[in-house]
Amino acid sequence: MVRGRTRDGAAPPIPVEAIVVTQPDADRSALVLERAAIVQLCKHPQSIAEVSALLRVPVGVVRVLVGDLTTEGFVWVNLPLDPHADGTVDRGLLERVLAGLEAL
Amino acid sequence: MTWVVGPDHFDEREGAMPVKLVVCGGYGAGKTTFVGAISEIVPITTEAPITEVSVGTDEGAAATKVATTVALDFGRISLDSGLVLYLFGTPGQSRFRFAWDQVATGAIGAVILVDSRRIEDAFPSLDFCEARGIPFAVAVNRFDGLLVHDLAAVRAALALDGEIPVLGIDARSRADAKGTLIALDLHA
Repeated sequence: MVRGRTRDGAAPPIPVEAIVVTQPDADRSALVLERAAIVQLCKHPQSIAEVSALLRVPVGVVRVLVGDLTTEGFVWVNLPLDPHADGTVDRGLLERVLAGLEAL
Repeated sequence: MTWVVGPDHFDEREGAMPVKLVVCGGYGAGKTTFVGAISEIVPITTEAPITEVSVGTDEGAAATKVATTVALDFGRISLDSGLVLYLFGTPGQSRFRFAWDQVATGAIGAVILVDSRRIEDAFPSLDFCEARGIPFAVAVNRFDGLLVHDLAAVRAALALDGEIPVLGIDARSRADAKGTLIALDLHA
């Protein structure tokens, strides 16, 4: 399935919260098994963790499969915002999170 | 990395940007309950029945707990049309400590849940957050509706700086979970 890989070469592992989104115009007819299942599932965007739990595939395997599917143009991955160079979190992001929480 | 679509190119029509908080604390402190109280999905968790070994090493009232979290345990909150908050619980037992870094990397903050009957169980979580510079709030879970120690005593026992939020909560309460996350965000 992943040909022995649990890391995608030199790239850092995709975060467990990264959101996988299926590209609507990709021709998925040749995909099978877990690769097909990921592309089907992520028509509704899902995090790596959700893909792992819903398809019952280990996180490390999902990372490799999603990495391949991204390279091949079937999905893209929305990553979290990187912290600033000094390690602090972006103030605007914190304010957006606060507004969202207060509206719950 | 060609496969990465960074936030600079983020398009709200094409899936949300994720943001992550971790919920940590000792075994049986209420992490899964807390996540479940506020998550819009049933917390996705892999729970294995407690083993005979765990029964033998467990202490106190929490020994009556019949299952424990041994895998990724998380919930989701959609904050606005383009932002999704994920809450990840850290495995409570020390033999799963290796999983903490993977779960916590990139988190904008942490909630440390404390069982006031066993305050010392919070120290590994406290050490973890402090060592990695993760902003945190401390939430003392009221078991059976009462706190064994008052919040000042918890603050003193954990040697917490004055600006660190310490809240008394019921981990089953959505309002309390929301209040804890707001206090954490304001502190972060």
